Amino acid sequence: MASTETPDPWGAAQAAPAGLETGSQPSPDSDPILEVNGLVKHFPLRQGIVIKRQVGAVQAVDGVNLQVYPGETIGVVGESGCGKSTLARLLIGLETPTGGSIQLTGREMVGSSGAKLKAMRRDVQMIFQDPYTSLNPRMTVGDIIAEPLEIHPDVVPKNKRTERVRELMSLVGLAPEHIDRYAHQFSGGQRQRIGIARGLALNPKLLICDEPVSALDVSVQAQVINLLQDLQNRLGISLIFIAHDLSVVRHISHRVAVMYLGRIVELGEKEQVYNNPQHPYTKALLSAVPNPDPSQRGKGNQIVLEGDPPSPANPPSGCRFRTRCWKAQSVCAEVDPALEVTSSGAQAACHFPGETPSRPGVAA
Amino acid sequence: MFSKKTEELGKPEVDENQPLLRVRDLSVVFRTREGSAQAVNKVDLDLARGQTLAILGESGSGKSVSAKAIMGILDMPPAEITSGTIEFRGKDLLTMPEKERRLYRGQRIAMVFQDALSALNPVYTVGEQIGELFQVHRGLSRKDSKKKAIEMMDRVRIPGAAARVGDYPHQFSGGMRQRIMIAMAIALDPDIIIADEPTTALDVTVQAQIMELLAEMRRETGSGLILITHDLGVVAETADVISVMYAGRTVEHGPAVDVFANPAHPYTVGLMESMPRLTGAGDRLYAIPGLPPSLLNIPAGCPFAPRCPRAEDICRQDPPPPAVQLDGIRYAACHFAEEVVSHGIH
Repeated sequence: MASTETPDPWGAAQAAPAGLETGSQPSPDSDPILEVNGLVKHFPLRQGIVIKRQVGAVQAVDGVNLQVYPGETIGVVGESGCGKSTLARLLIGLETPTGGSIQLTGREMVGSSGAKLKAMRRDVQMIFQDPYTSLNPRMTVGDIIAEPLEIHPDVVPKNKRTERVRELMSLVGLAPEHIDRYAHQFSGGQRQRIGIARGLALNPKLLICDEPVSALDVSVQAQVINLLQDLQNRLGISLIFIAHDLSVVRHISHRVAVMYLGRIVELGEKEQVYNNPQHPYTKALLSAVPNPDPSQRGKGNQIVLEGDPPSPANPPSGCRFRTRCWKAQSVCAEVDPALEVTSSGAQAACHFPGETPSRPGVAA
Repeated sequence: MFSKKTEELGKPEVDENQPLLRVRDLSVVFRTREGSAQAVNKVDLDLARGQTLAILGESGSGKSVSAKAIMGILDMPPAEITSGTIEFRGKDLLTMPEKERRLYRGQRIAMVFQDALSALNPVYTVGEQIGELFQVHRGLSRKDSKKKAIEMMDRVRIPGAAARVGDYPHQFSGGMRQRIMIAMAIALDPDIIIADEPTTALDVTVQAQIMELLAEMRRETGSGLILITHDLGVVAETADVISVMYAGRTVEHGPAVDVFANPAHPYTVGLMESMPRLTGAGDRLYAIPGLPPSLLNIPAGCPFAPRCPRAEDICRQDPPPPAVQLDGIRYAACHFAEEVVSHGIH
C-alpha cells in the first residue's frame, strides 16, 4: 500500500533527534534510554462502606529493574495477571508508581510534574492492544494522528502538521488520501497501523507495544510485526514489546524478560532465554507452546503446570513460583531469590537455576 | 430455566453403521442491509469416530458459522442455509423438525464455546448449569442432578468440586471456566464435540492443560472432535485432519502431517510462513499481502487470487476446481495445486 515515492518523513525538513538514524543494532555500550529501578505498584484493597480501611494490596508490579538501550527491543512475556501491562502503564505515566524510579535518558520521571513531565512523556509513546477500542470513533484518522502534535505544539509548527500526518501515514503503509476517513472504515490491521502512526508522531525514543498483534489475524499479524521491525531499523527507536505469544516475542526481540506475579524472574538475550532457559517457570512456559509441526507431536517434554498463578494480592512467601514449581524445596519458601547471573549468561531469580533432573511425571 | 417441557427424554436412536458426520455442499448466506454475505460456500466436511478435525481459518473465513450450522444454533434470520446437507449417522439434521433436532443438540453433538464467561449464565451457579442438562434431558431430580454436576466437575479435574458446585462463573479463573464448559459439553456423552476457539482467551500454560483435557475426553469417550481455531500450533499438536477455510470456502483439506509438511494451497503456504516460530528465527516473516475479501463482494475467480503470489490470469477469471485431488485424501481448491505441492509459491 505504501507508495515507493513516499517522502522520508524523517528527512532534512523534520529531522529526528541526532543519533537516532543509525540503524537497528542495539548498542548496549551506550547509556540506556530507560532505566527502571525497584519499580513497585501496589493497588490498595479497601473494605468498609463509609470508612474505607486498606485491608491489603494487589502487588501488580513488585520490584522490577530493567534497562532499555537505544535501538533494542525488549520482549516482556508472562501469563495474564503477571503485571506486564501495569509495567507498561507505569512506564508511560498512566499509573503512579508506589515506589522505585524510572529514569528516561537520565531524567527522573517519578515525582516529576508539569512541564518537566510533559517534555519527558514525549519520548515514550504507546501502542495499545485493541485497535478497535483505542481509536476514537468520532475522530478522523488525521485528527487521531495529529492529536499528539496538538498536545505538544512545539514539535511541528501548525502549518506543517497535515503534511506531517500524511508522512506518518505513508510511513506505516496507509494511503495518505484516507486522512479524512474514520477508524471504523479500516480493518483491524490498518487500525493498528493508525495506532502506530499516532505513537510515532512525536519522534519518541521508546515505543511501548502492549500486545500489539494479539487482536489481529495471523496473516495480518505478520504485516504489523514486519512494520514494527522496519520502523525500528529506519528510526532506531527502542521497543518494549509486551505479548503473551512467545513465538512472536522471540521473533522481534533482542532481549527478553519473563515476568511472574509482578517480578522479572528471568532476563537475558533472546537466545539465552529461549535456548537455555534457567528459571523453571520459563521452561514451563516454553514447553507449553504448541509445536507447529505435527510430525514432532508427542516428542517434546511438555511441562504442564498445575493450577493457576496465585493471587497477586497474597503472593506466596519466598519464591513466588514455588507453589507451582516441581523443584521447590524448603529454602524456596523462606528466602526470596534475587535476580542473578546464571551459567547461561541470563539473569534468573531461582535458587536452583538451570538443568536439574526433569520433573517426575512429565507429560510426554 | 428449569422448565421440563421436553416431552421426550433420552438420546435419539441412530444407525451406528452410518458415517458419524457427513456435511455436503453446505452454504450459508447472511442477509444484511448492505447485501448478501456468502459466509459459507459449498463446504464439505467428514468426521469419523475418535477423529480430530481441525478447521483452520481467519476471522470471517466461515469456520464458526459452519460449526454453528452443524450444531444448529445459527441465528436465522439473518443467516440462511441456502444449500447442503448435514448428515449425522445418515440422518439429515437440516430437514428434521426442530422438536427432533433438539434431541441431537447436546446429546449427540455438543459445543465448547470460546468465551466461557459470556457463554455461562452469570446468575446461576455452575452446578445448576451443569445439572440443568441432566434435568432437561435425563429427567433427573434437582438433588440427583447436583450429584451428577459434582461428578462431571471431578471428571474435568476441578479441585474441590463438591465445595465449588455452588459457586458462580465469575468466581472461577479462565481456565477453570473453560473446564466447566467442557464438563457441560461431555455431560450427556455426545458423539461429536465441537470446540470453537477453546483456548484463544487463555494463557499458554492453561491452554496446554485445556487441550490435554479435550484430548483425554475424546480418548475416553471415543467421540469425534471438531476443533475450530486460527492457531497453527494447536492444530499441529492435536489434529488428525485439517480443513483450511478462506472466504467461506474450504481451500485445502488433508491429513495434518501432510498439510503441514507440504501445503497444497498458496493460502496455507502463506499462513505457515507468516507464523513466527519458537525455533529458528528468520529475519523477516513472510506476510500475505492485502486483506481477506469482504464477504459481500467476493472476487470472481479464486477468492485468494488478489493476495496470491502465484496467481495467473486464469485465477482471476475462473473459480478453481473445488477439490483438486492430490495423493490419497488430500484436496486443494487451486488451479495450480500440484505445482504448489511440489514447488511452493515463490
